[in-house]
Amino acid sequence: MRYLVHRLLVTIPTVLGVITLAFVLIHIAPGDPAELVLGDYIGVTPEVLAEVRERLGVDRPLGVQYVTYVSRVARGDLGRSFRTNQLVLAEIAGQAPFTVLLTLAGVLVAVFVGVPAGIVAAVRRNTPADYATMTVAMVWLSSPSFWFGILLIYVFAYRLGWFPVFGAGTWGDWRSLALHLVLPAAAIGVRSAALIARMTRSALLEVLGQDYVRTARAKGLADAAVLLRHALRNAAIPVLTIVGLDIAYLLGGAVVTETVFSRPGLGKLVVDAIYARDYPMVQGAIMVFAVSILLVNLLVDLSYAVVDPRVRYA
Amino acid sequence: MWTLASATREPDPARSRAPRRGVGRSLRTLWRRRSAAAGAVVVAVAVLSALFAPWIAPADPTQQRLLERLRPPALGPHPLGTDNFGRDLLSRLVYGARVSLLVGVVSVAIAAVFGAAMGLLGGYYGGGLDTLLMRVVDVLMAFPLILLAIAIVAVLGGGLVNLMLAVGISSIPPFARLVRGEVLTQRGRDYVEAARALGAGGGRVMGRHILPNTLSPLVVLSTLRVSTVILTESSLSFLGLGVTPPTPTWGNMVADGTKFLQTAPWISIVPGIAIMITVLAFNLFGDGLRDALDPRLKGDIGLPAGAAMGGGRR
Repeated sequence: MRYLVHRLLVTIPTVLGVITLAFVLIHIAPGDPAELVLGDYIGVTPEVLAEVRERLGVDRPLGVQYVTYVSRVARGDLGRSFRTNQLVLAEIAGQAPFTVLLTLAGVLVAVFVGVPAGIVAAVRRNTPADYATMTVAMVWLSSPSFWFGILLIYVFAYRLGWFPVFGAGTWGDWRSLALHLVLPAAAIGVRSAALIARMTRSALLEVLGQDYVRTARAKGLADAAVLLRHALRNAAIPVLTIVGLDIAYLLGGAVVTETVFSRPGLGKLVVDAIYARDYPMVQGAIMVFAVSILLVNLLVDLSYAVVDPRVRYA
Repeated sequence: MWTLASATREPDPARSRAPRRGVGRSLRTLWRRRSAAAGAVVVAVAVLSALFAPWIAPADPTQQRLLERLRPPALGPHPLGTDNFGRDLLSRLVYGARVSLLVGVVSVAIAAVFGAAMGLLGGYYGGGLDTLLMRVVDVLMAFPLILLAIAIVAVLGGGLVNLMLAVGISSIPPFARLVRGEVLTQRGRDYVEAARALGAGGGRVMGRHILPNTLSPLVVLSTLRVSTVILTESSLSFLGLGVTPPTPTWGNMVADGTKFLQTAPWISIVPGIAIMITVLAFNLFGDGLRDALDPRLKGDIGLPAGAAMGGGRR
């Protein structure tokens, strides 16, 4: 419990830093926000511009703007989109489920492909199976996810026709959602799968040589039981670490993958907002990304104690 | 990679078969040396084709030939085929190496210089400065690499220089953390004490004494990070946030091809293979360098993403 409080307290300055970075980024951006808000309206008079500036608060000193901004963000107010004039937070909340779904599916792919592959490679060490697995892992680690997604579209959607190509399906229809999810999830999940496979392999190799595994084996436990009950549990920590660290990569990958598959989601929201120079939206979205990554890492840290009772946070 | 790490670090596996292990180990060493050498060769080929692109490329990469659109790869004037403007894909591929490698090397150099400076200062002086610098690193790490780069490009605008800055700044964290860690272990060493006793100032101790000792891991990390940066650059180019067309980059070549995926899949597939092979080469070469320069690091920064050492910059 004390650890939890401490960990939360350490996260606060980081979150503040994230907010500050978002603020700074937008304020070094070229262009007059008022002009961006008014966008394509023709015949804007200087008076109107001045009024919009005042309403946005951009005419005030930078320090004042910063304090106002931080306190607004703290109250959950991320401003309004330049483009649609909708609340940024509302738009983000509307798109977030698609990205969360995609990311979770990516994690599932990563774990359910990576862990078994790592086990096979470790148990069959120095055999062709091991080399093949590790080579594939290395190739996956070296492939850009957008390109991998395109290959998947080409093979499984265009050639074989198994999956739909674009969009995310319709909410409520789980079958359509699932079908639309398979390829993008594979596209963002394979890199983490490769990392997890390598991690699992090396963690298992380390564990397999330890005394308690030898003891379990000597007791006459079957290989599979030794592996599952004793070895794998101890290999869980590195895998968990990868998942925690890679969540940022997966979320970042969602930005690209959503574009490849024309899926709605936060990634597409960010990219569209950048093209439209919709700064409040960019600002809000990257902040939401960063804060969720911090939260996931917090969760991962805490879950170490659950997975491995030896980990005690004093 | 984990393969060699296990050769030295792991204790005897429970299930060892003596003769096979000997053969397995030497096979593995051979494979590893070969893979590092192959990596070096591919890196060299990529660098040479970037440097001498005008002499190597069979045609002008931007010349459009409307009569020769969408030719598939075949023997003849266009060995890798042509795109929808009839531009020769091999020539575009050769020229595309320029952007990828330039961004890869320059961004990593930016990240290494700033990261090393932050790590040196923080690690050496400690205290409030260290806390501040490491908070900055934490904040940078809260963003997915690609998203941070996107945000910076969005603010600064596109173009080669901004692209290198964006990717470079986003890649600072692993360098800062690596160097800081090294400094912390070196700081208490006798030679540092001796230098200080002889009257050397902080700058001199850091620059002349500590920095050279952190050089090998720095070189290894840099090589491995080039691959991550190339992946990031190609993603940005793919999203249209990189170097402006018609300058060919591997990323925008893949993007160009997506519209013709059903009829002319090679347009997207070919540049993706180039990215994959180049990234793979940097990974293998970096692994080999690590084994040669800094065996201590085995298995620690073996993940191309620097997941272990870099705290998981993706």
